[in-house]
Parts: sequence; C-alpha cells; structure tokens
Amino acid sequence: MSNWIEVGKLEDIPRLGSRVVKMGDIEIAIFRTDKDETFAVANKCPHKGGPLADGIVHGNSVTCPLHNWTIDLESGEAKAPDKGCARGFEVKVESGVIFLQQ
Amino acid sequence: MKERLVLIGNGMAGVRTLEELLKINPDAYDITVFGAEPYGNYNRIMLSPMLTGEATLDEIMLNTLEWYEENSIKLHTGKKIVKIDRKNQTVIADDRSEIPYDRLLIATGSNPFILPVPGSDFEGVIGFRDVNDVETMLAYAKKAKHAVVIGGGLLGLEAANGLQKNGMKVRVVHLGDTLMNQQLDSESGKMLQKELEVRGVEFLMGASTKEIIGRNKKVQGVIFDDGREISADLVVMAVGIKPDIELAESAGIYCNRGIVVNDTMQTYDPKIYAVGECVQHRNSTYGLVAPLFEMGKVCANHLAKLGYGRYEGSVTSTKLKVTGIDLFSAGDFNGDDDCERIVYRDPSQNIYKKIVLKDNRIQGAVLYGNTMDGPWYFQLMREGTDVTSFRDTLMFGQGHLGDSGHDNNSVMNMSDDAEVCGCNGVTKGDIVKAITTEGLFTLDEVKAHTKAGASCGGCTGLVEQILASTVGSDFSHPEVKPMCGCTDHSHDQVREAIRVQALHTIDAVYQQLDWRNDNGCPTCRPAVNYYLISSWPEQVQDDSQSRFINERVHANIQKDRTYTVVPRMWGGVTTSKELRAIADAADKYEVPMVKVTGGQRIDLVGLKKEQLPHIWKDLNDAGMVSGHAYGKALRTVKTCIGSQYCRFGTQDSVAMGIALEKLSWASWTPHKFKMAVSGCPRNCAEATIKDFGVVAVDSGYELHIGGNGGIKVRVTDLLARVETDGEVLEYAGAFMQIYREEARYLERTAPWIERVGLNYVKERIVDNVENRKALNERFLISQKIAQNDPWAELTKDEHRLEFIPMKSFDESTNVEKIAVNG
Ligand code: SRM
Ligand SMILES: Cc1cc2nc3c(=O)[nH]c(=O)nc-3n(C[C@H](O)[C@H](O)[C@H](O)COP(=O)(O)OP(=O)(O)OC[C@H]3O[C@@H](n4cnc5c(N)ncnc54)[C@H](O)[C@@H]3O)c2cc1C
Ligand code: SF4
Ligand code: FES
Repeated sequence: MSNWIEVGKLEDIPRLGSRVVKMGDIEIAIFRTDKDETFAVANKCPHKGGPLADGIVHGNSVTCPLHNWTIDLESGEAKAPDKGCARGFEVKVESGVIFLQQ
Repeated sequence: MKERLVLIGNGMAGVRTLEELLKINPDAYDITVFGAEPYGNYNRIMLSPMLTGEATLDEIMLNTLEWYEENSIKLHTGKKIVKIDRKNQTVIADDRSEIPYDRLLIATGSNPFILPVPGSDFEGVIGFRDVNDVETMLAYAKKAKHAVVIGGGLLGLEAANGLQKNGMKVRVVHLGDTLMNQQLDSESGKMLQKELEVRGVEFLMGASTKEIIGRNKKVQGVIFDDGREISADLVVMAVGIKPDIELAESAGIYCNRGIVVNDTMQTYDPKIYAVGECVQHRNSTYGLVAPLFEMGKVCANHLAKLGYGRYEGSVTSTKLKVTGIDLFSAGDFNGDDDCERIVYRDPSQNIYKKIVLKDNRIQGAVLYGNTMDGPWYFQLMREGTDVTSFRDTLMFGQGHLGDSGHDNNSVMNMSDDAEVCGCNGVTKGDIVKAITTEGLFTLDEVKAHTKAGASCGGCTGLVEQILASTVGSDFSHPEVKPMCGCTDHSHDQVREAIRVQALHTIDAVYQQLDWRNDNGCPTCRPAVNYYLISSWPEQVQDDSQSRFINERVHANIQKDRTYTVVPRMWGGVTTSKELRAIADAADKYEVPMVKVTGGQRIDLVGLKKEQLPHIWKDLNDAGMVSGHAYGKALRTVKTCIGSQYCRFGTQDSVAMGIALEKLSWASWTPHKFKMAVSGCPRNCAEATIKDFGVVAVDSGYELHIGGNGGIKVRVTDLLARVETDGEVLEYAGAFMQIYREEARYLERTAPWIERVGLNYVKERIVDNVENRKALNERFLISQKIAQNDPWAELTKDEHRLEFIPMKSFDESTNVEKIAVNG
C-alpha cells in the first residue's frame, strides 16, 4: 500500500532542522539532516511527550528539548540507557518535494 | 656482613616498600630484586593512559635502572622465581640461579582472571595487566577492527576507551545491568554508559559469555548464553584479578585467597613478609594502590627493625581514568534501610551526586561529573564525622561552609589534614608546606617532592588548584577537559583555534579540529556557535539550528510544550500604556497565566508556538521588545526606586538601570547575565548577588561583579568605586566584554571569577585604563550588530516558517488544509 502524499518542499525545512505536519490530532516531525536526508517521526518524545521538532538535530539523531533524550531518527528508538520509541513514518523526496506515506 | 633481603616481584608494592625502607635505614640490607617483567619498576596504573597514547613507557617508569644502581640494589629483570627453599633460605630462579636470603619479601601481585570458557586459550584472548598486554592491544588495533572487552568494571572500561581511541570498534560485554556495579549505583552507572556511548563504545548488558569461537586457535567471535553471537578479532578479559599465590603456596606458606599476613605484614614464616595484591590481610584483599602503599610503609618499618608500625586495613575510594569523565566512589554507596540518601542531579550539566548517611555520618558517596569534593567526603567518611551542623549544605561541598561570600575559594577552605592524594596519602598541608618551603612552581615539582598525583593522577586538578592558590594568581593552567565526547579539545583550545586560524563557520571548526561527529552534539554546537559570534561579531552569521529551542524561537519552552513571553521593562519601569497592551494581548491570546517574574517584569505563560509571532507583533506595536528571559544573554536590570523619590536615595538608580539595560540588551554572553542598581547601600535591588551590580553611594557608585543567586549563592566582589554615570557604563561594557571573550560557554561570572581570580579582572579593567576602553569599544561594536529585537526580526515573513506546521490535514475527512506560509 503505497499511498504517498505531498507535504511540502525540502527547502522549506532548514538543514539540521525540522517542520511539523499535522494529520488530524497527530503531529509528525519531518527532519532534514545536513546531508539532505529526511526522516519522519511522531512529534512526541517517548519520555514525556516533548516536541522533538524543537530539538537540536545532529547526525541522524535529534535531542529532545525538554530533558535531553536523544532519539535515533532512523529507528525512532531512544539511545540507551533511555528506553522508548517514537513512531516512525515513511518519507521520500522527489525533485525537491517531500512525500509522506499514509 | 649485612643481612640479605630478597624481593620477589618488581612491581608497585614491593618497590615502594624498598623506597620506604631506604628512607628510614638505607644501609640495613644487601638487597636483591627479581622481576619477571623485562623492565625497571613502572606505574602499572598508567597503562591505561599508555594505551590511549597519553603516556609513553618512558613516562610511566617509576624507578629507572640507575635508581637501582645508585642504591646498590641488584636487579634481575626478566627472571622469574620458581621456588622458595625455606629450609635453606634460598630462592631459585627460572635460569636455575640460586640466591640466599635472611629476609624475604613476596610481592607477586595478581593475575587477570580468565573465564574458563571454551576458547579462552585462543590467540587474541588477553588480560589487561602489563606492558606486554598494552603492546598486544596496540598491535591488534593496527591490523584488526573488532574488539570485545569482557567486563564493564574499572579495568574493562579503561581498556575499551583505549582501544576505541586507537580506532577499533569496541563492544563491552557486561554481566550486570549497569557498569562498574562495584563502585557505582545504577543511576551514575547509566550516565557513564551514556557518555561512553557518545564516544562510540557499544555495550551488551546482561550478557553471560558461553564460548569463544575461532579458527586455527585464533579468535573470531564470542557466543553468549542467550544465543547472541558477535564477531571479534581481539578479546580482552577484564572480569577480575586473582592474587598470585602459586609460588608461596608451593613453598608451604599459609595462603587462603591470598598470602595470609598479620598487621606487621609478616606471613606465617617469620622470615618472610608479603605486601601488595598477593596478600590477604584481616580477610581482605586489595586491588588499588593506596592500601598497598600503606602496607609498604608498615612492612618497611619492621624490616628496618623499628617494630612499631601496624597495618590495620584500608577503606578505599575509586576514580576512573578516562579523560573527560569524572567519577568518584567510596564506601557503601547504596546503603541499607536505616540509611538516608541526599541526591543532587543536574541532567543538563551531566552532574549527579549521592551521599549516603547513617545517623548523620557518611557511609558512602558517588559523584559523577563533578568530583571536586570527593576527597572531603571520603575524609568525613573515614573519620566518622557527625555532619548534622552542616548537613543542609553538605551536597554543595566544602567550599560552601562558612559564609558564602568573599574569597570563598574551596581549596582554601580545605583543612590542612584533608587528604588530597588518596593513592599516596598526601594531605593538603603536606603540599602547601612543600610549595612554600621548597619554592615549587609546577605540578611536576609538586609531584616529585610529595608524590601527590604521582600514581593514578586523579587528584591532579586539586593539586593544581592548591598550587594556584598558594603561589598566587600568577599560576594559571589550561583547562584540558574536552568540550564533549565529540572532541579531545577543551573549550579554551577551541576558542583559541577560532581566533588564531580565523575560523568562521561551525563546519570549519569541526574540520580543522578533527571533530568525531559531523554535526557535533547538543553540547558542543551551541558552544561553538557562541565562540564564533563572540569572536567575529561582524563577520559570522549566527546559526539558529545550533541554538537551544528557547534561543531559536526566543521564548521559554515549558513542560506542556507551550511557551512563555516576557517583554523587556527597561530598568523595571513600565507604563499604563504598556500594561494595557499586555492585558489586551493576554485576553486576545487567552493566556492562561500572567505572572510577575523574579526579575521585575511580566511573564505571559502558556502560549502555543503558532501564536508567538502574532503576540510579539502586538507587543512590538505597543513599543515593547523581547526580554531575552530565555537566553544566555543580558536578562534583566533590576532597580530600586532611588533618589527620584526615596528618602534615602543618593543617586537616580532607575535612570542608571535604564541606561545600563539600553546599553547591554540583546548581547549574547557565555551564560545568562543579570544586573541591578540600588540607590543606596540598603541595596533594595539586591545588586550584590548579580553578575554586575551597582550600589549608589554619596560620592558616586560602587561597582560589584561576580554575584550569583540561584543554586550556589555568591556575593559579589567589589571591582571599583567611580564617580560619574559615564564611568559606570564604561566599566559595565568592559566587564561584559572581557567575560564574553574569556569565560567558557555556560560558565557564569561567579565561577569564572573564582577561576581566574578577582585580581586578574581588576588588573585588566581597573588598573589598565586603555584596556578597559578597548574592551568597551569592542563591546559597542558587537552591540551594533546584536542589538536588534528578535521579535521584530522573527515576525518578518521569511522567518515565520518555524512557527507553523508545514501542512495540516484534517484526517477524518482527508481534506487538506494548506497552512498559510506567511
Ligand atoms: C520566570 C522566572 C521565574 C519567575 O516567574 O519569577 C524564572 C524562570 C526560570 N528560571 Fe530563573 N527565573 C527567574 C528569575 C530568576 C532569579 C531572580 C533574578 O533574576 O533576580 C534567579 C536567581 C538569581 C541568579 O540567577 O543569580 C534565577 C535563577 C535561576 C537558575 C540558577 C542560576 C544559577 O546560576 O545558579 C536557573 C538554572 C540555570 O540557569 O541553569 C534558572 C532557570 C530558569 C528557567 C529558565 C528554567 C528552564 O530552563 O526552563 C525558568 C524558565 C521558566 C520560564 O519559561 O519562564 N533560574 N531565576 C524569573 C524570570 C526573571 C526575568 O524576568 O527574566
Ligand atoms: C590497567 C590498570 C589500571 C589500574 N588503575 C588503577 C588506578 O587507577 N588506581 C589504583 O589504585 N590502582 C589501579 N590499578 C591497580 C594497581 O596497578 C595494582 O593494585 C598494583 O600495581 C599492585 O601492585 P603489586 O606490587 O601488588 O603488583 P604488581 O604491580 O602487579 O607487581 C607484581 C610484579 O611481580 C612480578 N612477579 C610475579 N610473580 C613473580 C615471580 N615468581 N618472580 C618474579 N617476579 C614475579 C610480576 O611480573 C609483576 O611485575 C590498575 C591496574 C591496571 C592493570
Ligand atoms: S536602596 Fe536605597 S534608595 Fe533604593 S529604595 Fe532602598 S533605601 Fe531607597
Ligand atoms: S520529554 Fe523528551 S526528554 Fe523528556
């Protein structure tokens, strides 16, 4: 089931930054690394729900602004010893346009 | 003829005993030493720094071959004693030579414990005990990739750190759930794990080794009980040590786990003594040098036939020798049901401290991140001091005792009998005495004269501080602690490189200084960004993606993801018009709480991120700008009512406060920076706990610096007395600029001044007029660029993207609502 929907342009997200896409009540944070890779993860830290999109992005990770948990963007998994996982979403970029899988 | 003393084991405990003996009676014996290793006596502890490349074999030698010659000691290196013939009082070496003794000293140390699993005898399975092991590891690091360290204790982690520094991919396998479980509680153990992971070491916790697999007797991997399997070219076993008692046992000397000795270090054969890791004393064995050195002292006393020394056992404390990681542990750090625990955590600074008390006496302590007060706690613990009278400040360390104000340098407050070097039992008094009587100036000189810092080096920082405070402020030493796990460079080195090499971007810094991670981490990036903008205010573009969210969106994030908005109120003064605009905004945006802050202004609490640009625009329209309540920047300038109205006021503190705030607002600083102006010495604006405080007096103003409320209160130091308003502003600009240029990121003025000394600042700002003017000039230049209201900037269209979703879908109907970009 590959239902890709267009959500915006890559250039609208700063390098090492993130923007949010709202799906009803769910917020999805789309991250852009310095190598222009994109990742999409629920904008909700597995610790206490902090907004991951507001964190500092480094490598393929983001550090939550509230209590500094570091989340691996590829897996959504918190880095040990913290335990938890933020839901990940499929995302792709074609000719500078970002698509999310529904 | 002199009596003959033979020492078996040319290691740390045995040779220390000889040194002690030579001190009290150099001519008592003809001494012969046998050492199985092919070197003089070296500092085994420093094998860890040798593995990381921080020390060479030459540098870790304790006694060179010349030392043995000078003291007429016959040394046989590379010779192992294989037999003790007690009846004929001789020892026999592996080359069959036989030497008679009158007294024998056994100091054979211990051997690494090798897990008895299949494959443990393969090539590539080693312990971590001697120079040979280090050389083997270094050789593997050159040719192979995967290293597995079994055991997450002190030795294992030092081995892992060293191997990973040499470019190997290291996995540490640990049976328990947390690292160093003999020394750390689970919280600090986890912090340690996290920090090592950032450096690239991987961990397999709760893993029990079943088998080592390989081909042609060469290691290829490790299999665990639960079926997991990992590949390995090198396996380092660091699961524990076993006292080396084989030789003593075969000679019929009574042994249990170790060679059993009494309080004079005598074995069951009165002609034979034993010291070091090979002995068992009052049912304890030891694996750290401090107790072994105590044993050596007592043993020497008896060998010299003085006959009064008694060894009564030791309480030990632990440190880990991994550069940049500070941890300290002593005693019973978990405690039983009758114990109380005082805990301090600061996750953002990676600091954790726990003190376990029973009946108001310290039973144990774990310190992580800041170990400065470890020796003090350890002393209180060993002496069983009742801490009731200072229990409420115990956690903040010895420097916090007494008045929290002036000249409160914590090493100066250490008592003379406080132990500084745990390994060698050297007190602060010993060090101060050596410095003053011998006229010592460098760390190496202190080391040579007192032995403080000569073994594990863990107390080097403290010794340096004592040296600095004894010799005076001329002594300064560079901070060597790396900024974070991404680099080995310290804050000062990074800033120096930015200036000297004229680096203008974060990427350039990371490349020039060989950063380990491409984009750094949340610790170093904001720091590097600050160093760049403060070094090159006119050239460098601020990088908002390297700022913590508060500074990126110019509002304080709250636990429920909302933000707070604090407009500036110049000098604490507002107007009915401003208050009306604030009230209107509070209504319009349905602000859940309006609060007066501790900094004399109003906080609008609970705004959604999307609302921020809109409320800012409304406040901007009413003439207000951002209060930077979120920033490492100038915060507030508090004032009292002053001479305009107050019956005691001597100067117009309100006008002065406004002038200072207009001068300095929007400047970025290493940490937050607060000011206050009081109209007379009654000091209603609390100026003496601010970073820069002004107290008006009849003749002008007193200028105070380095105050701090907050966690550790510090009263300001008086910088100068001045007469005119212009001087106040010039001093303020100069002081902010020297702090901006020289303090480390996240170092507030209070700890910075304690580090560099008040005199240092006075010399540059008060005594040197030209320098003061130059500093102020640089401050004004930087302010020309910095002094823009970020609210006005961010409400401009191009910057508003951050605040709105990229797109919104109403999921239920699948109707797409495209957010308005602008
Ligand atoms: C809003 C305010 C509390 C209030 O409602 O009164 C406040 C709120 C916070 N303070 Fe404060 N401090 C506030 C005045 C103070 C004061 C009083 C003062 O400035 O006169 C102090 C003690 C004085 C001092 O700093 O020396 C103070 C000492 C701290 C400290 C400890 C600093 C230290 O050096 O020990 C922290 C922690 C830190 O910065 O690491 C802190 C940290 C914080 C943070 C930023 C915590 C955080 O990271 O979220 C709080 C932000 C809440 C928010 O979003 O509004 N706040 N804080 C005050 C804002 C004043 C303003 O108008 O800007
Ligand atoms: C990597 C590492 C890091 C360490 N870090 C610390 C630390 O930070 N702090 C701390 O306090 N301690 C530390 N230690 C422990 C400390 O080094 C030991 O406690 C100390 O060296 C023990 O001294 P010893 O004289 O009993 O044994 P050793 O120093 O091992 O000396 C014994 C010597 O006897 C020789 N020998 C044995 N049998 C014979 C024989 N039959 N004939 C001739 N010679 C023989 C051995 O070859 C060896 O050279 C560390 C140890 C290691 C390995
Ligand atoms: S500090 Fe002095 S001038 Fe200011 S209010 Fe207090 S008494 Fe009045
Ligand atoms: S909510 Fe993310 S770290 Fe606590």
